[in-house]
Amino acid sequence: MTEMLTMFKADGSAPDFNGALDDKALVHCYRTMLMVRAFDDICMKLQRSGRIGFSIPNKGVEATQVGAASALRATDFFFPSYRDFGMALHHGAKPVDMMHNMFGNASDSARGRQMSVHFSFTDPVRFFSISSPIGTHLPHAVGAAYAAQALGKDDVSLASFGDGGTSSAGFHSALNLAGVWKAPVIFLCQNNGWAISLPSSGQTASDGYAIKAKAYGMPGVTVDGNDLLAVNQAVGDAAKRARGGEGPTLIEAYTYRMGGHSTSDDPTKYVPAEELEKWAKKDPVLRMQRFLDKSGLWDEKLEEKLLTECADEVAQAAKVAEATPGPTLETIFSDVYETLPLHLRRQGEQAFDLAERKGGADAGGGAFPL
Amino acid sequence: MRTLTLLQAVNDALHTKMREDERVTVFGEDVGPKGGVFLATEGLTQEFGKQRCFDTPLSEDGIVGAAVGMAVNGLLPVCEIQFQDFIFPAFDQIVSEAAKLRYRSGGQYTAPMVIRTPYGGGIRGGLYHSQSGEAYFAHTPGLKVVIPSTPHDAKGLLIAAIEDPDPVLFLEPKALYRSVKGEVPEGRYSIDLSTVRTVREGSDVTVFCYGAMVPVCEKAAAKAAEGGIETHVMDLRTLLPLDEEAVLDAARRTGRVVVVHEAPRFCGYGAEISALIAENAIEYMEAPVRRVTGFDTPFPNTLEHHYMPDERRVLDAIEGVASF
Repeated sequence: MTEMLTMFKADGSAPDFNGALDDKALVHCYRTMLMVRAFDDICMKLQRSGRIGFSIPNKGVEATQVGAASALRATDFFFPSYRDFGMALHHGAKPVDMMHNMFGNASDSARGRQMSVHFSFTDPVRFFSISSPIGTHLPHAVGAAYAAQALGKDDVSLASFGDGGTSSAGFHSALNLAGVWKAPVIFLCQNNGWAISLPSSGQTASDGYAIKAKAYGMPGVTVDGNDLLAVNQAVGDAAKRARGGEGPTLIEAYTYRMGGHSTSDDPTKYVPAEELEKWAKKDPVLRMQRFLDKSGLWDEKLEEKLLTECADEVAQAAKVAEATPGPTLETIFSDVYETLPLHLRRQGEQAFDLAERKGGADAGGGAFPL
Repeated sequence: MRTLTLLQAVNDALHTKMREDERVTVFGEDVGPKGGVFLATEGLTQEFGKQRCFDTPLSEDGIVGAAVGMAVNGLLPVCEIQFQDFIFPAFDQIVSEAAKLRYRSGGQYTAPMVIRTPYGGGIRGGLYHSQSGEAYFAHTPGLKVVIPSTPHDAKGLLIAAIEDPDPVLFLEPKALYRSVKGEVPEGRYSIDLSTVRTVREGSDVTVFCYGAMVPVCEKAAAKAAEGGIETHVMDLRTLLPLDEEAVLDAARRTGRVVVVHEAPRFCGYGAEISALIAENAIEYMEAPVRRVTGFDTPFPNTLEHHYMPDERRVLDAIEGVASF
């Protein structure tokens, strides 16, 4: 593994921090990390109580998500994986909008068509619609970066993916294209130790992931993914390079997935307990808290306030989302194309007709408006 | 009016749109200064610069994936896959990404983009330069699938595809690239992406075809006429979305139907046409629908002329359904 960038010292200080985040921004980062945890916690409860079907926990990787987001603008283009929503929260996405997706209801931006955790935002942050296949979004980030450059904008793209994603065709194709095109894109590999049950050692024989950058003609940087300031600096440096026309960067954030792959996964079957204990000591939220404390920006009172705010907001979000009706039958047929083609109109009409004659299907109370 | 080959018409459409809209960006393998292996993009880099028409690494999933990214960030990408046989690494990007993007984001993100690719046999290209994969793609909600058969249609349909708000797979019958010529208007015009074309009017038998099979069917129809059978030939040209009403009207008109394509028969596009007619116009039918297709084998090289439906096979089918 290439040398790892770390900012936090054991005592919580960060003497080498470049000051890219002011006090307010630092506290906002911390709050976002707590919000990710609060959102995860309530989703786990909602899933276990059968009110939502599925969730993806983020415990352990919050500093990577939030650190990266804090180094970029909301107008930059985020191409996330399904374990990245802290990036959206950081730039103002509302927990209630995310919760609509978790419930797959009528207010979900995807109208309940996607599984939960597959968020999509255009406002207040460009957070690209999440896809389940691994690595397919990396070429998108490169194309978007090419377009930004061609249109004379200084936006950068960030593609975020796990260590598993580096084995995909998309990883190779995207890094190769980005290198050749000198596209303003940042590849953020979150090496969190696991791709569902496959340890990173089974994913690649290379010495870490950052080293792969060399073959694509771009810098590769390894950063302590549980150190928000280090991630902020690495992504900030890469963004500066990208905006300056110097091309792409591959960043490996060395971190650890402290929960299961998803609520459907039982990590106790394959994660060694001692490994988990080792990483628990490097909990990214606690490390950030220690830094803020050391910097005079944190006390118990703030902690209590933030925890209460986050817990209240996600609880309220869940309440609202659960009370929001499901999508209407019409939404099966809309948004396939901009204009509804005849054959889809007919299929929709048949579905509505059947619902009327035989019942059994909930038409959502709406007339077929198409 | 000037006369162009189908290939020149494609090139003309690209020139026309690139002049009109600076967001239109063309890229793919060898499409830059060389102008593509078939010369479909000839002159574009020279006229519009290498930022708007450029060569890419040999990376089909990268090409199509990058096109999705360009499309969501303000460009109008028109990428080329050098041969349709090489498109399968990009299948995931086409089927799971481009085609589903509008749906899965509730319209927040869309992919107005065109994937151009030469398809089909007739050039002694063997297994990997001859395939007709339209059925794989016509099975994909969210995608549009277009196949022209004349220079006029090639230009008008390609312009419509570039202007379309949804992703379009534009399959070009390479066997016709230089073998058909026709009048092509100057400047911009477009053809609706859900319309069929009546190639020839007739009252005895209806033949549905597209792409390189259209001239084959025209010749077979001319031969059939010599034997007293009047054949109605329809060029389907926009396979998805299909103008189903026009297909059904043409089927009802004669009650005798032949469907022709180069691709293998099993689960081929002809099966959909046949089922559409069976479900909606069975009471008009005087004979079973007959399919004339490639065999359910890989595409052979030396014997490709036996594999591809020819005038002989189409005529045999026309006579068969006419006399049923």
